[in-house]
Amino acid sequence: MNAAIAVIRRDLLLAMRRKSEVMTALFFFIIVVSLFPLGIGPEPVLLKKIAPGILWVAALLATMLGLARLFAPDHADGTLEQMALSPTPMGVLIAGKIAAHWITTGLPLVLLAPVLGIQFDLDGAALGILVVALLLGTPLLSLIGAIGAALTLGLRGGGVLLSLLVLPLYVPTLIFGAGAVEMVVSGMSAAGHLSLLAAMLALALFFAPWATTAALRIALE
Amino acid sequence: MNWESPAAFFAMGGYGLYVWGSFGACALLMIAEPILAAKRRRDILRSLRRERLAETLDSQGTE
Amino acid sequence: MNNRLIHWFKFASPQSFYPLAGKMIPWFWGLAAIFFVAGLYIGFFVAPTDFQQGEGYRIIFVHVPAAWMSMFIYLVMAFWAGLGLALNTRLSSMMAQALAPTGAIMAFLSLWTGAWWGKPMWGAWWVWDARLTSALILFFLYIGFIALQAAIDDARRADKAGAILALVGVVNVPIIYFSVQWWNTLHQGASVSLTRAPTMATTMLWGMLIMALAFWMYSIAVALMRVRAIILEREAHTEWVKELPEVKN
Repeated sequence: MNAAIAVIRRDLLLAMRRKSEVMTALFFFIIVVSLFPLGIGPEPVLLKKIAPGILWVAALLATMLGLARLFAPDHADGTLEQMALSPTPMGVLIAGKIAAHWITTGLPLVLLAPVLGIQFDLDGAALGILVVALLLGTPLLSLIGAIGAALTLGLRGGGVLLSLLVLPLYVPTLIFGAGAVEMVVSGMSAAGHLSLLAAMLALALFFAPWATTAALRIALE
Repeated sequence: MNWESPAAFFAMGGYGLYVWGSFGACALLMIAEPILAAKRRRDILRSLRRERLAETLDSQGTE
Repeated sequence: MNNRLIHWFKFASPQSFYPLAGKMIPWFWGLAAIFFVAGLYIGFFVAPTDFQQGEGYRIIFVHVPAAWMSMFIYLVMAFWAGLGLALNTRLSSMMAQALAPTGAIMAFLSLWTGAWWGKPMWGAWWVWDARLTSALILFFLYIGFIALQAAIDDARRADKAGAILALVGVVNVPIIYFSVQWWNTLHQGASVSLTRAPTMATTMLWGMLIMALAFWMYSIAVALMRVRAIILEREAHTEWVKELPEVKN
């Protein structure tokens, strides 16, 4: 546990030194969300209806941006090999790295999303559910994405390949995440969607670090 | 028997385009795929044979 | 028991499987041909016209088998890939690699025939129907598997990475299927479904099952052809390949 926290601390420190990477993903999120009204037209009723989908798709894409760099620097400087050889189980260290990825890319999206939601005229209840859904969903995106990042580590065309592998796996998260907000917008309960998101998160928390570690060990061979 | 004439068979009760569009695509891909698989094996066999020939010529040359 | 185990491991080596596959291929082609002829005969000449969908329904004789095979092949592929990862047997990984293109083609055919069925029935080439959408995602999963293996030069790493992706995919396929189903019922209610025809004549069902068998035998035959090519590519520098009669002449 301490080792995992140490990894998170280290990665956060590194992220603080390279703020531009974090900021790029964040501005990408804002820009993508702002492009939709320009492409579709300013009609408020339509925009309110598609807002949950837009915010979620943009969050998906913004999370993708940082994934290619999740393991690459550590692979280049040999840190990853040290992790594989360390007495602490590698899965714990990798879980720490995934957590750090979420804190630097997922969490800012969660905090920013309500502001963007206001642009689409979402009301208070919908914004609240949007935050809760993103809070459950973005860690899921980081966890699933980490598997793809590990599989494509060091490959040519890795970035494009990564999105090809990961985006289809993001479909359930997108459906339940955006669905939760849509339920509230249309005046129903989002409890079902949110509990399914939570169930998927529990499943991913259990399996994803393990699968990521296995994929990294293959890449390191 | 369902069809009164070959023309009726090909017309498929007005759905000819859709039925033959589906069956045609299946036939096309399911003929092309084995041909490509066979070609893949022929290609590797050809290069293996060439390699073997090069090796035998090589050993003859050194003797 | 022990004997049987040895027997199986004997065929698990590429060297002994290569000639065995060569002997099996004509048999599977023969079975595929018989089932195709029987299935097409029943499908076109025995099965009656559907009272709702007219002759257009005959597309199900290729659509449903293709859709079934695309799902079934993914499971089989993941099984072989996982076995290759767990037991470190090269042949099972090669089998998984040989199955992927066939599975992708089946997924594509189920999409294509679904669209050609949908145009006259729904009036649109594409409808975001739960089945079509999950078939599309399955197609993406196949493409991802093929692309990942193609991007890795080292064959053993490609096998192992592909295996992890296939296993992650297998865990996700039911979740994806369920989520798409949920999304679909929420947004547009129950839609007309291709396979849930209310009254399906027995001959229609038989035609469909026999066509499914034909597709199955076809898939085995073509995957065996491809695995033979893969074995030769991977084992090109071994003695036994150099001693093969087709290489010697």
